[in-house]
Amino acid sequence: MIALEPLFASAIGAAVPLLFASLGELVAERAGVLNLGVEGMMLVGALAAFATVASGGGVALAVVAGMATGALAALAFAVLTLTLQASQVAAGLALTIVGAGLSAFLGRGYVGFRAPATFEDLPLPGLSGLPIVGPAFSMNLLGYLAIAMLAATAWMLSSTRWGLVLRTVGESPSVARSLGLNVTRVRYAATLFGGALAGLAGCYCAVAQFKMWQEGLTSGHGWIALALVVFAGWRPARLVLGALLFGGVTALGLTLQAAGVHISPFALSSLPYLATIAVLVLISSDQRALRRNAPAALGKPFFDGD
Amino acid sequence: MQLLSPLLAMALTLLCGLGIFAGLGLPPGRAFHALFIEPVSGMNGLSELLLIASPLCLIALGLAIGYRANVWNIGAEGQMYLGGICATGVAIHWQGHAGAWTLWAMLVAGAAGGALWASVTAYLRARLHANEILVSLMLTYVADQLVKYLVYGPWQDPQANKFPMTVEFGDDALLPLLQSFGWEIFDGTRVNASVFIVLAAIPAAWLFIGRSFAGFRLDVSGQAPAAARYAGFPQTGAIWLGMLIGGAAAGLAGAAELAGPIGRLNDRWTPGFGFTAIIVAALGRLHPLGIALAALLMALLYLGGEAGQIALQLPKAISQVFQGMLLMFLLGCDVLVRHRLQWRAAPEIAAGAAA
Amino acid sequence: MNFRRKLLVAAAVLGIAVTAHAADPLKVGFVYIGPVGDGGWTFAHDAGRKAVEKKFGPKVQTTYVENVPENADAERVIRDLAAKGHSVIFTTSFGYMDSTLKVAKSFPKVQFYHATGFKSSPNTHIYNSRMYEPAYLAGIVAGHVSKNGVLGFVASFPIPEVVRNINAFTMGARAVNPKITTKVVWVNTWYDPSKERQAAESLIGAGADVLLQNTDSSAVLQTAQDKGVHAFGWDSDMTAYAPKAHLASAIEVWGGYYAKVVDAALAGKPLKGTVWGGMKEGMNDFVSLSAELPEAAQKMVGEKRAAIVSGKWSVFTGPILAADGSVKVPAGKALTDKEIDSIDWYSEGVEGKVPGK
Repeated sequence: MIALEPLFASAIGAAVPLLFASLGELVAERAGVLNLGVEGMMLVGALAAFATVASGGGVALAVVAGMATGALAALAFAVLTLTLQASQVAAGLALTIVGAGLSAFLGRGYVGFRAPATFEDLPLPGLSGLPIVGPAFSMNLLGYLAIAMLAATAWMLSSTRWGLVLRTVGESPSVARSLGLNVTRVRYAATLFGGALAGLAGCYCAVAQFKMWQEGLTSGHGWIALALVVFAGWRPARLVLGALLFGGVTALGLTLQAAGVHISPFALSSLPYLATIAVLVLISSDQRALRRNAPAALGKPFFDGD
Repeated sequence: MQLLSPLLAMALTLLCGLGIFAGLGLPPGRAFHALFIEPVSGMNGLSELLLIASPLCLIALGLAIGYRANVWNIGAEGQMYLGGICATGVAIHWQGHAGAWTLWAMLVAGAAGGALWASVTAYLRARLHANEILVSLMLTYVADQLVKYLVYGPWQDPQANKFPMTVEFGDDALLPLLQSFGWEIFDGTRVNASVFIVLAAIPAAWLFIGRSFAGFRLDVSGQAPAAARYAGFPQTGAIWLGMLIGGAAAGLAGAAELAGPIGRLNDRWTPGFGFTAIIVAALGRLHPLGIALAALLMALLYLGGEAGQIALQLPKAISQVFQGMLLMFLLGCDVLVRHRLQWRAAPEIAAGAAA
Repeated sequence: MNFRRKLLVAAAVLGIAVTAHAADPLKVGFVYIGPVGDGGWTFAHDAGRKAVEKKFGPKVQTTYVENVPENADAERVIRDLAAKGHSVIFTTSFGYMDSTLKVAKSFPKVQFYHATGFKSSPNTHIYNSRMYEPAYLAGIVAGHVSKNGVLGFVASFPIPEVVRNINAFTMGARAVNPKITTKVVWVNTWYDPSKERQAAESLIGAGADVLLQNTDSSAVLQTAQDKGVHAFGWDSDMTAYAPKAHLASAIEVWGGYYAKVVDAALAGKPLKGTVWGGMKEGMNDFVSLSAELPEAAQKMVGEKRAAIVSGKWSVFTGPILAADGSVKVPAGKALTDKEIDSIDWYSEGVEGKVPGK
């Protein structure tokens, strides 16, 4: 039979970076900013974090470096789209290209060795021994941080004035404007937050998970993170479901292979994507007042003079 | 005025480029020549430019029609795969039997295959309210696995030493090269009849968007959905039409790519045209002529990256940075030129006073 | 002009022609499927290129193009290299086959060398490395090290190159422990650290305690160290990534072969024909064996390596049974190169079936 704990642990490992990146993007999108440059921001953040530990900086500094770099990349995007009102879709895609190229070029000297410092697993006594869900309680520091940030963000969005301001800006910026809110400033903040978290996701990949640097380290997970925001209906709580679903089904397919089940590996490779679609359809067809619409002003430039 | 923005962008990119090249120790003039001039000097270069720009333009045209209706088809790449699969199916099973009809059948099958794949997304969106961005993107990965399954399995060429490829397409399943029409200027180049398809698609798209009732309804659907519904054109219609057109265009481009320079199906035949086309559509501001120009520009950037490596050993990553930078400057300058930025303090309304 | 003047002029012209010709370095082009920084397949080829530059100095000028996809772009890049005066071009991935052959037709004076292909032409020559030899040696090590008797293999795609490595690995291990089995997981990619990691986790979860891979990143090796089991480096020496888990590395060594090709080209007698080299020709190696390996393992590896290098013994020498029990190679015979190049069956001890068969 298939051992469930290793499966779950594997799912968690893959889910954490997805969680960070999608959480950041979710906040940005709730403010009305569609940033398709997640992959690029993750990559530059990953390189910055790896370079920091490789130069002896320690993991805390690596986290800061990763987040700062991600935010910096997001800043470039923000200037283009929020101040200069360029197309968000195109700017985001351009950011992905620049991020990928820049990280590949600057990272050439960092290929070929293991990260000298990493995040150790911190099992919670008692809880980590639980059957099936045990691995959820023996993550590393960043894993717990991801859950904490998720909870904090969910609370922020739903129960604080900040959250209301953010949501208003994303739903109806003209109304927000008329209330005296500075739409552009809020969007800048949300975008930078998204960038910082994408950088953090990259840091996790480079320092905690793979402990190395290489071009394209994040292997397209930035795009999955974007999809997860949509999957979660723009609500933080469902991000966990999506991230675990994706990482878990991938792990399940591989585990089935290892167990000798004779299904075409190509079919198994398709499973995570099909599963995501299936669950999304299930969620979306629920006719109750479940949020499934994007923030009304998502992707649309806001002209402050209107 | 329209030209000022790209010129400004080029100037800014040039400036930054100077900095980069100086840092790398490369002569800037030589570098720019290698990146932008050399790739398109000569017929061969121009034909390669067209070869890349054609599928980009075709797919972007289809996508733009959907985007105007707020139908965000991100899965053009997957629809391209399906178009390629269907075209391959026709090619493998019909070639040698149907003569001149094979190629036409392939192209039709390609468009149909792409539309079919897009219709999955359309159905899930229209009927079950699943967001089309996510569904179309996920389906792209699924389509990729489907291609791999076919070329590693039932469609594998028995002579291919167990490698993932189908048999080569016969002559009746290949697009004729332009040089075969007797136009000597194209001798030795790879450009083929697919340019005719694209040249026809541009005015067709323009007519559809600007002059047809269906195109008008799609536009209204995108810009004022409530008004569209009131006028009797429900959102579902826009979704289906937008997705199907985008899918058909992508599928057709896929078929043309296989019936063109590649000549068989294998497991890694497209360099991401489906995704690049999204950039092309956005750069072209969703307008057919803009798209055509943007497609040529992206194609030039593609070629420049390779040329830079060969002529100067410029790392591929640098040309990627260049491409991204140029795009960002283009986007930025576009706006600066089209609007005048006014810096003035926004009137503050005390939030408390409103209460 | 009198005779002496004519002679002088002729000598001068000849001299200029000779020196001009001698001054023109031989242009050698390399087409890479991935980035040179991948620490894997392309990295190894680029190391070979650098070796050529080092050996021949100003006599050669190398050019490389990285990240060239195996589609319509490839033909353009190869053609561009040929048109720009490169007389020797190496195309380092299977998928460049069609493109290389097409361009070769248009440039009959240029010599093309295509890695891991199977179609050649008068000026397109195939070369490949018998990586199954170090894979076999890895199997020997694994057989000595594994406590569970279960090995794991993270495999990329079901092509003969990968299947024969799986078989060689298993056969080597079974030469030590006839009850050892190998579990295989296909990841459908050459490089995807996240998926490779999860594949390694699933194999370890299923009981494997020594892993080998055919994929390019070090994720499998690193995962092995994280989970306290062992693994090998592949394509390049991966000791630095996971010193505790690393048992040895199976590496490709292209420098010697590339130097030979360039040497022959410089002499005007280009090397022709298919070259399938292994440890004997120095085209690959099994290196950085961990000092903690049991002596019996080191001894056996040494013996088998000597046998391979001497040419007296080939890895696929019978008797070899397939996983279903049928006899694929009877005792006393060995698989021919052609058979090795189209293997589509698992050998005894490998669990499951080759996908698609």
